[in-house]
Amino acid sequence: MAIKETQGERIFNIFNSVFLIFLSIICLYPILYVLLASISDPIEIMKHKGLLFWPKGFSLGSYRLVFQNAMITTGYRNTLIYVTCGTAINMFMTITCAYSLSRKNVLLKNPIMFLIVFTMFFSGGLIPTYLLVRNLGMLDTRWAMLIPNAMSAYNMIIMRTSFSTIPDSLIESAHIEGAGDITILTKIVMPLSKAVISVILLFYSVSQWNSWFNAMIYLRERAYYPLQLVLREILIANDTRNMTEGLATALDKEPVGLTVKYSTIIVATVPVLVVYPFIQKYFTKGVMIGAIKG
Amino acid sequence: MSDIPTNTPQNRIVKNRRTPIGEILLKDLKKNKMVYLLLLPAVSYYFIFHYYPMYGAQIAFKNFTPGKGILDSPWVGFQHFAAFFNSYYLGRIVRNTITINLYDLIFGFPAPIILALLLYEVKNTAFRRTIQTTTYLPHFISTVVLCGIILDFTSREGLFNNLLGLFGIEPIMFMTEPSWFQPIYVGSGIWQEVGWGSIIYLAALMNAVQELFEAAKIDGANRFKQIIHVAIPCILPTIVIMLILRMGRMMSVGSDKILLLYNPAIYEKADVISTFVYRKGLVEFSYSYASAVGLFNSVINFILLVTCNRISRNITESSLW
Repeated sequence: MAIKETQGERIFNIFNSVFLIFLSIICLYPILYVLLASISDPIEIMKHKGLLFWPKGFSLGSYRLVFQNAMITTGYRNTLIYVTCGTAINMFMTITCAYSLSRKNVLLKNPIMFLIVFTMFFSGGLIPTYLLVRNLGMLDTRWAMLIPNAMSAYNMIIMRTSFSTIPDSLIESAHIEGAGDITILTKIVMPLSKAVISVILLFYSVSQWNSWFNAMIYLRERAYYPLQLVLREILIANDTRNMTEGLATALDKEPVGLTVKYSTIIVATVPVLVVYPFIQKYFTKGVMIGAIKG
Repeated sequence: MSDIPTNTPQNRIVKNRRTPIGEILLKDLKKNKMVYLLLLPAVSYYFIFHYYPMYGAQIAFKNFTPGKGILDSPWVGFQHFAAFFNSYYLGRIVRNTITINLYDLIFGFPAPIILALLLYEVKNTAFRRTIQTTTYLPHFISTVVLCGIILDFTSREGLFNNLLGLFGIEPIMFMTEPSWFQPIYVGSGIWQEVGWGSIIYLAALMNAVQELFEAAKIDGANRFKQIIHVAIPCILPTIVIMLILRMGRMMSVGSDKILLLYNPAIYEKADVISTFVYRKGLVEFSYSYASAVGLFNSVINFILLVTCNRISRNITESSLW
């Protein structure tokens, strides 16, 4: 377009850019601060006041304490189990359900869809759900972390919407050639829906990685604790004692306790942040599809 | 929406013959055997983990004891509801739930819309991508870590007080001073979700017809006028849908973040319906009483959502169903 930018527009553009950069810094800085503090020298960080732009001294001692801690490693292992098994269950349930509900000429499709969507707006509540899980004998078992959240209606709707954009002629011709539903799903529908499958996979695995509330209400046995529940003890209940036990003097314990907290945050957040950029380009697509019928 | 074939030839034949429903169903089950088999896991999951608890919610009208089970516990009618309505807590938790939602509606709801409009104005794709990437990031931080960071930054020796100290301001006890809780809760929520929330509006803007913007430009509309007269009308349907969903949640605040952040000193401003249900039910084991409070909340939420949807359908023609 040959229309020139006016003076006002140029000023607007500059302010807009400055504002957005400022916003980005606000979004990033807390994480950066925690990272810098975690690799700083404990005593110096204790004395330091104000923002950090560079580590104060340098020490990886707190990371050593974090990795030596038995609860952290147990929590990490449990979380990996919950994320892999839980996400596998989530994906299986969601894909099969979304495929069936995207097929044409299925009589009970709409009633079943209604049944599922209704649960997004009305629920029996926390206590009846807890009592059910208890009656099923799932308390203090790994199943409590996998089954009660086996799928999310919201993610299923996103996937169903995406599946139903696949041309019907494609599926019909496969049908005529004698392909069954399983073949159609795995050979046609799934390969054509890689983007939405990756987004939903990400949504599920992040929510499994981050979940702690179910673990808190369903698990007493510490051996089954996921990482987030261990984090809760360290970060929220402020209990760094078992990590700093080995230190010589009480004087060391407070500052080291502080950097141990920061290191724990980094150790627990890095895996998610590492996966994130690879799959980021699909976000818009996933959220958009969800918005159509959300 | 409905692709049940009401007008296909087979169906008309079925109608003419007046085949009993059972027979149609049986035929459909046979024809789509595999489809129904694939639906079985999801349907059983929803019946067991979502509909059975709705049935179990009847303990709100009973004096439930685990030993007797749901069916054999004696009915007490609305006793638990009455106890809740007459209790001191009703006012406190309903008030906090509503004020937190009001704050979030006023500040949290427009924030992603504004961000999307500003991002849309950035014409340099690489720069916009960078801003998007950084503003989405907080969404992926876990609630526990977020709350850990909040508690650390707001502590007496924390970052916020250090910064205030530079301006000679006395340390503020953010987490024991009730009046600070709601701003911190809502503010950290905006920090975490503003970027993520903007995706949907930005996508709607990107899908808008570019010619509209060009035409407005030729007609002499400046940037600001373009936003008001072209961009906002383009995303209005999305805004309305998001607003209906938001209004439907006016009586619910998730317990996750609050359970991690609050302490008895600030219950006065921090305790909400969901955290109260958790404490009554799973800490004090008053199952029936807590279920009654939870059920009361579920019903209110449901009514709110249905009402908002109806109002919206009448006024704007955008609705969820």
